[in-house]
Formats: sequence, C-alpha cells, structure tokens
Amino acid sequence: MKKTVLYDAHVALDAQMVDFGGFLMPLIYTSITEEHNYVREKAGIFDVSHMGEFYVKGKEAGKFIDYIFTNDASSMVDGQVLYGMMLYPTGGVVDDLLVYKVHNEFYIMVVNASNADKDFAWATKQQNFDCMLTNESDNISEVALQGPLAEEILQKLTDYDLKTLTFFTFSMMLINGHNVLVSRTGYTGEDGFEIYGYETEIQEIWKEILKTGGDNVSPAGLGCRDTLRFEVALPLYGNELSKDITPLEAGLAGISVRLEAGDFIGKDVLVKQKKERTTRRIVGLQLTDKGILRHGYEVFKDGTKVGEITTGYRSPSTGETVAMAMIDRPYDKKGTELEVQIRNKMKKAVVRNKKFYTKSYKEN
Amino acid sequence: MSKIVDGLLYTNTHEWVKVEEGFAFIGITDYAQDSLGEIVFIELPEEDDDLVAREELGAIESVKAASDILSPVSGTIIEVNSALEDAPELINTDAFANWIVKVELSDKSELETLLSPDQYKEICE
Repeated sequence: MKKTVLYDAHVALDAQMVDFGGFLMPLIYTSITEEHNYVREKAGIFDVSHMGEFYVKGKEAGKFIDYIFTNDASSMVDGQVLYGMMLYPTGGVVDDLLVYKVHNEFYIMVVNASNADKDFAWATKQQNFDCMLTNESDNISEVALQGPLAEEILQKLTDYDLKTLTFFTFSMMLINGHNVLVSRTGYTGEDGFEIYGYETEIQEIWKEILKTGGDNVSPAGLGCRDTLRFEVALPLYGNELSKDITPLEAGLAGISVRLEAGDFIGKDVLVKQKKERTTRRIVGLQLTDKGILRHGYEVFKDGTKVGEITTGYRSPSTGETVAMAMIDRPYDKKGTELEVQIRNKMKKAVVRNKKFYTKSYKEN
Repeated sequence: MSKIVDGLLYTNTHEWVKVEEGFAFIGITDYAQDSLGEIVFIELPEEDDDLVAREELGAIESVKAASDILSPVSGTIIEVNSALEDAPELINTDAFANWIVKVELSDKSELETLLSPDQYKEICE
C-alpha cells in the first residue's frame, strides 16, 4: 500500500485511514458532517496527493491530447484547465480528468488515483504522436484548499493576487516561498484551489495553511470529499462513470464533450448516441419512505427493474435522503414515482433534479 | 479506547446483551458506534417479530455506509426502542444506555455461547 507525503501528518491528527486506489488515505479526522460543514461554511484542506499526473511534452502534445480527450484541448489558452474524459472506442469511460495547458508543447493530465496505472497504459497505447508521455504521479504531491474562505487564507501565504486567478485557470506562484502550481479548481462545489508541488513543498504548505487558517480551516478527509462532490452532482468514477457508461448517459456531455471539435477516440459512438438519444441517464432520486439510498441498490417501476443507485447519502447540507441513479427512459422524468429495494424491502422514491445543493464557484 | 461494560454479554459482531428479569435487551457496542461514525438512521424491526440468533435484526446507517445488526439470541421482540427512530444519534452518545430491542428469549442456553467482557475486549484490541 502506498503512502502520500502527508501520511505522518494524518496519523498525528489521529485520522481514520482507509485504502483508496492503492493509497492509505485519511477517511475522517473528526466527523464527516463536521468536515463537510467546514468546507461549505469556511474552508477545508484535503490531501489529494494520490491523484495521478502525466506530462505530455513535445510538438504534437496538443494533437495527442485532442485524440484521447473528449473536450477541445487545442482551443485552450496557456494557463487554462479543462475537464473531460478519455473514452474507449465503445464510448465508455476510461477515466475523467483535468487537462492543464502550460503552453503549446506542454500539457499536464490529472487523473484518478484508482485509474492512474490503467490510464497511463491506455494513453501510452494511443501515443503515436511526436511527443513524450510520462507518468509523474510518484513525483508530484497535491493538496486542495476548498471553501468560501479559501482565497482569504491562501492570500496570506502569497503575493500573487488570487483575485486574478479565475475559475479553471492556473499559474505558477510562490506560496510561503515555494514555487508551486496553483489552479482555481476543485471537487466540492465551493470556491477553492488545488496546489501541486514536490514532497517537502506540499508538506510545508499543508502545515502553513492549517496554521494560517486557524479556526477557519479544518483538515478534510475522503469521507466528506465524497458527500461534498455528491451534493453538487459531480461524478465519481466507479459510480456515475465506468467503462460501461458514456458521458452522455452520465449527463456530463455539456461540460466534458465537444462533438464539434476534432476527432477523438469514442466520438462516433457519442455522435450516434446523441442523434438517437440515450436509453438511460443519471438522475436525482429522493426517498419518500424512511431509509438511506446506497450505491448498487436496484430501482423498480411496477416490479420491473429500471435502474440502479450510483451514489446515495443523507445530504449533510440539506438533511434530505437523496441519490444519483442510472434510470432507463422514460422513467427518468422528474416526478416519476419509483421503488428502491433496500434489504429486501421496497421503499418509495421520486425522480428529482440531481443538484442537491447549489454550487458557489467564483466564476467571474 | 472504546468502553466495555461489565455484566453484559457480547458478540464478535459487536452487539451486546443485557439479561434482566428474564428478558434480553440488545444493543450495539461502543466500539461499533465508534467505527460506524455518525449514525443517521436505524432500521428497526417490529414488536412481535421473531428473531433467530446470528440473523439480521435490523440495520444501522452512518453517514458513510450501512451495516447489519445481527441478533445475538433467538426469541420474540417485546418492545422496540422507538426513540431511536427520530434520534438514532443517541447510539453515538451512549451505545450501552440505548438498547435497540427487548426480547423474550426462546432458548436461554444460547446465552452461554456469547462472549464475556474479557473475551470481547480481546476482539476489540
């Protein structure tokens, strides 16, 4: 099992550690709800050093990214970040990822920890371009500072005017004397930053942010990372995304796919699917009976299976018992009454909007 | 270090049993509530339901996951602690003070198969 460079810091904070994507990661420091609320109301700092980072360097770096990435990488400006996916020829998802454009001949791909090895092997197989693809995951560590007070806290540690760093852009900057990459991105539905650097840099920045933030920042574990992303309907690979689910079925085409741009692997399947319409899609569900909806529970309409729960919680922000679920059409329409099987009992649920909580990004 | 109460019987799946005036009160241990984290819902059985030892009695849902409660004994449910319906977090507050069901035992010899506080302590270490 791998450990991140912040492992000792987590143990010192008495975190409950779990295996996630081959890494020993902090699940909870105090409680999921407490950490969740910190991120919604003040700020939370996450160790996300387990994420994978690949460098793509060379003349055809942009061409290569365009070929394996659903979004329009070549239209990016330097310092921009794009969300998108790598697809199999079937249209199913290899992984969802962020692409950072440093300049025309240098891009950085940031992928899920649990998929990093698979992604690297897949990307390497497609690499017939005049560029170099390298796996930098073991060299790069990362923390995410998220929440309405994130900017205020981070600004105390840098002379860089963070107001000028807009949503989905990045820059190199000195944080507490360390030259690191900072992007205005995240996975919580709140304003915030993701900071990439080398081992000791990230160890010191973690410490400094906790010290500078004081009562306004809490270490935040993977437990609340999942409830936070869930409430704003951000997908988790393995739940809302998989090799058997296309971006259109996941309802993410709008933010992750540019069909009008050049060709990429899997594009023809998406074009066809868009024309013919998907047979199913991810929607929100609200449980009207008592209970909690969980990943994998089956969903029924009049005794016939029509879908499955992909992620479910009692929303820490709203207290509602809600879920995202992959539902066959036409049962995906808002207000449709369905049943979910929970431990051999059928419980009533109704289709609703999957934005359980309103995002508050600074989108300028 | 989680709390273990003397005078109770335990299971290796972290339930406790308190025998009083011929009835068995069943709950989950402090160790169980601590590893579950914040409890947000308990699926309770109903009065008069029959229980079979080692089979599901109900389920506890924490923020992060669902977990079965196994009945340590066989018998019939006399009373359900309905306060837990609206306030499942009482289990987090004090797992030993908040029993889940009161049971009329159908086979008292089953009690002999349960763990003593010392035996249970070893499991938690």
